[in-house]
Amino acid sequence: MSESAFFIDHSRCIGCQSCVQACAECDTHRGVSMIHLETIQRSDSVQTAPQVCMHCEDPICARVCPADAIKKTPDGVVQSSLKPRCIGCSNCVVSCPFGVPKYSAQIDQMMKCDMCYDRSSIGKKPMCASVCPSGALTYTTMEEIQRTRSGIPINTWRFGEEIVKTKVYVMVPREVERIDVSLVQISGTPSPLAADPYDVALMLEGAQ
Amino acid sequence: MKKAEFSVRGSDTLHAFAWGSATASVLVIGIVIGSRGLKDFDPALVSYAGASVLAAFGLGYRYAMWLRRPPTRLYWRRGWQVFLQPRRLPANIAHLGRIFLDNFVMQRFIEKRSSLRWTAHWFLAWGCLLAAAITFPLSFGWVRFETARDSQEIYKAFMFGFPVGSFRLGTPIAELTFNILDIAAVMVLIGVFFALWRRSRDHGAMSVQQFANDLLPLIMLFAISITGLFLTASTHLMHGLHYVFLSQLHAITVILTLLYLPFGKFFHIFQRPAQLAIDFYKRAGIEGEQAICVRCAQPYGSKMQMEDLKTLQEMLCIKYQLADGTHYQDVCPACRRKNLALAQDGLWKSLGTDVRGR
Repeated sequence: MSESAFFIDHSRCIGCQSCVQACAECDTHRGVSMIHLETIQRSDSVQTAPQVCMHCEDPICARVCPADAIKKTPDGVVQSSLKPRCIGCSNCVVSCPFGVPKYSAQIDQMMKCDMCYDRSSIGKKPMCASVCPSGALTYTTMEEIQRTRSGIPINTWRFGEEIVKTKVYVMVPREVERIDVSLVQISGTPSPLAADPYDVALMLEGAQ
Repeated sequence: MKKAEFSVRGSDTLHAFAWGSATASVLVIGIVIGSRGLKDFDPALVSYAGASVLAAFGLGYRYAMWLRRPPTRLYWRRGWQVFLQPRRLPANIAHLGRIFLDNFVMQRFIEKRSSLRWTAHWFLAWGCLLAAAITFPLSFGWVRFETARDSQEIYKAFMFGFPVGSFRLGTPIAELTFNILDIAAVMVLIGVFFALWRRSRDHGAMSVQQFANDLLPLIMLFAISITGLFLTASTHLMHGLHYVFLSQLHAITVILTLLYLPFGKFFHIFQRPAQLAIDFYKRAGIEGEQAICVRCAQPYGSKMQMEDLKTLQEMLCIKYQLADGTHYQDVCPACRRKNLALAQDGLWKSLGTDVRGR
């Protein structure tokens, strides 16, 4: 049986926030949750989407880092910035194609999902995958994921002409070989009524 | 850990070699001039001075190589440009004083990470800086002490050959001067103790730490400090027992650390001031025009930084132009995440795949 890998299926996410809570339990960034859980567009959709670091083979965050502070472990996990080096410029935050790194102004440092390296480096599941009830985040073997899902895992993305290969996989239909990312907007059916100023969904949307 | 991709060309090596040589040459010239043609140079400390020259070469080489990286070079230049803008310069100098005190003297950003880390780092940093401030000028012949001609009880200090003060033996200032390296050694040992304490108990640190990068520097600092204190103990407590051997052992630990200085974790001492430059860059960015996300139409950062990133991405052959004419750099991180989920979901929808059974 092959080694375990990380698989995301955004469309399985039910927005329960378990991953967000569990992430903060990780020893490498205790008390701070590194996972992103996006509400896509609250007024038009109930969809939520978790985003962990995809751990790129050639991480763009590391390439644009002026301090040379972002390193990969030999097993391909891209770590948070090295504390002695990170100068807090946020280049990685705004360059990552997946929008993953977080800049903490308080400590003037970039931090990000490191696949719970204290756990995954000794064969345990990352915290988020260990608690996800819907299988949106799964840490298992390739054989197991192929046996239990109808889709296939892929790890090749295209952003414009930039091809990015990642350590983390995303579940897609069998016909797909690569995700070509273009801008996707979601818009609901136009309402015949004037916008309700007390529409809670719109208020929440604005508060994001 | 694997280093981020950066191909080193032959010209980069030559360039860095030239800067390394220039840095070492400047130090050699500084030693010759500062010691008044080596008149004040103490031959007993020649091994320290020699290792310092080699370290200077290594630092010049490494710094030049670091600046050859496109992002480093770009932001190094931008930091200076923003800092030196005439209309900003007075305010920038005042701000530099504040952030120097906060980030360098007090190291508050480390305190916010954890008080244990801050305690360790503050003692290590100031212990090392104190020791360096004494050791280097002495080794280079820039500072020397001699007894006054008319009294063996009075010590006179000279810097670059000029008298800068005198003190009587047995006074507090004399005790402080003669024992300042011991004080520095104790400070470093306190820092090493706290650092090792943290590294032996913090599971997060333990999972990512590496011997060569995280533990070896602490071992080196411990070795320097403890052998330095052994010299004092040998002098005052053991009537000079094994002093020659201990002084050679101490010299070896210092020389090895000096040679490690440019290539290991200690290089961050020279790299870290870039944090101050980025602070000015970020302030200019906040005051300037903001970048607006093409997807959500919300501001998400400074336009200057996004434009600089596009330039940088071109240098690095990162091709983010999208087919619809937009640039992926113009999409905010939150929209990127939402977009990915919609793209993945859209694949299932476009192929008419039933969500059930997935």
